[in-house]
Amino acid sequence: MTYDPNHVVLSVRDLSVNYRAERGLVRAVSKASFDLHAGETLALIGESGCGKTTLNLALIRQLPKTASIDGNGILYTYRDGRQTDILKFSDRDMRRYLWSECSMVFQGALNSLNPVIRVSDMVYDTAAAHGIGRDEARKRALRLLEQVRLDPERVMRSYPHELSGGMRQRVLLAVSLILRPQVVIMDEPTTAVDILTQRSILDVLKLLREELNFSVIFISHDLAVAAEIADTVATMYAGEIVEIGPVNEVFYRSRHAYTLSLLNAAPRLSVGAEKLESIPGKPPDLIDPPAGCKFHERCAFVTDICRHTPPPLVAYNDGTHLASCYEMERVLAQAQATRKVSPL
Amino acid sequence: MTPVIELRGVNRTFIKDRKPIPVLQDINLGIEENEIICLVGESGCGKTTTGKIISGLLQPSSGEMLFRGRPISSYDRKEQAVIRRQLQLVHQDPFASLNPAHTIGDILGFPLKRHRMVDGISGVRRRIWELLTMVDLTPPGDIVNKYPHQLSGGQRQRVSIARSLTVNPKLIVADEAVSMVDVSIRISLLKMLHELRERLGLTIVFITHDLALAKYFAWEGRIAVMYLGRIVEIGRTQDVIASPAHPYTRALLAAVPEADPDLTRHKQVLRLRSDDIPSLSDIPPGCAFHPRCPFHVPGLCDGVVPALGDGPGFSQQVACLPLQQGIPLVVNQTSTQNAGQHV
Ligand SMILES: Nc1ncnc2c1ncn2[C@@H]1O[C@H](COP(=O)(O)OP(=O)(O)OP(=O)(O)O)[C@@H](O)[C@H]1O
Ligand SMILES: Nc1ncnc2c1ncn2[C@@H]1O[C@H](COP(=O)(O)OP(=O)(O)OP(=O)(O)O)[C@@H](O)[C@H]1O
Ligand SMILES: [Mg+2]
Ligand SMILES: [Mg+2]
Repeated sequence: MTYDPNHVVLSVRDLSVNYRAERGLVRAVSKASFDLHAGETLALIGESGCGKTTLNLALIRQLPKTASIDGNGILYTYRDGRQTDILKFSDRDMRRYLWSECSMVFQGALNSLNPVIRVSDMVYDTAAAHGIGRDEARKRALRLLEQVRLDPERVMRSYPHELSGGMRQRVLLAVSLILRPQVVIMDEPTTAVDILTQRSILDVLKLLREELNFSVIFISHDLAVAAEIADTVATMYAGEIVEIGPVNEVFYRSRHAYTLSLLNAAPRLSVGAEKLESIPGKPPDLIDPPAGCKFHERCAFVTDICRHTPPPLVAYNDGTHLASCYEMERVLAQAQATRKVSPL
Repeated sequence: MTPVIELRGVNRTFIKDRKPIPVLQDINLGIEENEIICLVGESGCGKTTTGKIISGLLQPSSGEMLFRGRPISSYDRKEQAVIRRQLQLVHQDPFASLNPAHTIGDILGFPLKRHRMVDGISGVRRRIWELLTMVDLTPPGDIVNKYPHQLSGGQRQRVSIARSLTVNPKLIVADEAVSMVDVSIRISLLKMLHELRERLGLTIVFITHDLALAKYFAWEGRIAVMYLGRIVEIGRTQDVIASPAHPYTRALLAAVPEADPDLTRHKQVLRLRSDDIPSLSDIPPGCAFHPRCPFHVPGLCDGVVPALGDGPGFSQQVACLPLQQGIPLVVNQTSTQNAGQHV
């Protein structure tokens, strides 16, 4: 079984996160809503600082103390059909939920692995916290390590520094699956790794996903990686999800000017000579964001209304594709005229 | 034409745990005036080391570097100092290379004064204005009194580039110069480098591990692919990208995802015999890539080290004996058990 659009696992409604900072309130995530379905891979793309990590830390309630979180629910559906609102979780609920229902491979986790703990101990500790004994944990870990194409026995005995970056990333993926969660969040797992290492991480993720059928939220600022593994793509800008839809919709029939601008800035290896355009300016200050559409200062499609009235999210394509852009007609026309190409 | 820079049989070793590690081996590379050449390859293959040798920050352990056809050592001390200034390196992380305690005006002013590039305080000031305008940091008046931390990543990178231009270089080595900035900003930096190249007649050595970026930036230039301290393929970018010859280049290109769902999901797969990159302290005999190469020919590839050379059916230079001898590349039987689809 793969992506099942009739089975929602995680439903996020109007989620906002603010950080208290010296200069004021950082509006890191504003009213984000989306559904994650069984077996679905959702790629979250957007420039540095747009709120990708913050949004996902909120989903597992691991935000720093300076953050406040607000919204109309993060509804999670257990395998047996029970529903719960993560926003109402106690700490104890959260500890039980983490790893067994939803796990996260953190940004930069590659370099933050505890150097004096062997992979096996990492496995046992994680499992023990959820009442799973060593034998069972070991059995599961060996199988998973094999599935991520590592030498299971050797890797179990290893310390992090004995493993290459790509191996460590695969270990983290394997460990995140030990308690058989329905949702795995991966924050930039292929950033700063080599091409062939990235390839093996992507291949392994696809394989595991097929065999174990979990849902994935994949955070990346690399559009190419998103194009390859995502069923659904969400574009974030200045704390908002400005466009979300099936991968082909978002890439070939973009309806938000920001998504199209990102695509127009991304080189493709097998597309001959390309005319690329950068996006002028830089993302806005989240303490004092601009009025209207937050992208308007950098937007090539900007009109008057964009400057003062925030555009609403509008549904297209039978409701599967949402975008908040007044100029979506022109954006769509340009996307359709330019995005689909034939390779070299 | 005589290349601006030529590396001839350059080797470089570093000492690690009291053992010499060959980091570059037999690098032969001529860089033409005003060209764009891109060095690509995985982490640790020697790109930065090559860049440092080209920009004079590091000496070869053996072999030599020629400047306009003459060994650097044949120039006198004064001339060498001038040459050194003409070869500049732009660091990947401007945070690490820009002094946080100095304003942008100071950062650009110091080298101008030190090397007496212009006359007098007003000359320095005018030149700083000119340089900031050149790298699109306008109006310069808003920038000169700022400190590096008050600028965005892209702006800092522009300052780095402006600083390298203070000494009127002929050649710039841009080492991962855009890898730390967001996609949206990258392209404007690359376009700026293109413009500077045209305006100032610069030669650019661009180092990156991002092949799509290399393709975009060096489309009219050349690409050199490095593996374990050697150049394994070099040729016009358009040839290398459209029809890669060396098995390693093919593997790299096949592995790169594309920012296009259909393209990326229908890419041909080339599975290697092993995912693990050998250590520089234990480089395999013969072609260093043969233990991972799906096409390796036993008895040929594990014997002698292949030098760069021509071969039938491709215009680039490749260090691969089967290709040079016109032996068709077929997936070797011993590697088929690992071959698989990734679609
Ligand atoms: N602890 C914090 N206190 C105050 N502001 C913060 C904190 N953490 C993040 N921010 C701010 O919140 C915004 C969103 O940050 P976040 O890390 O979620 O972005 P991101 O999209 O994950 O970026 P990147 O791609 O660089 O990882 C940024 O403006 C950031 O500066
Ligand atoms: N000063 C040094 N002392 C010892 N070893 C070094 C030194 N500088 C580089 N090396 C080693 O030389 C090899 C090549 O390094 P280099 O930095 O040239 O690679 P690179 O291709 O630029 O890699 P990356 O993509 O990671 O920047 C690496 O194994 C590195 O560890
Ligand atoms: Mg992040
Ligand atoms: Mg380097």
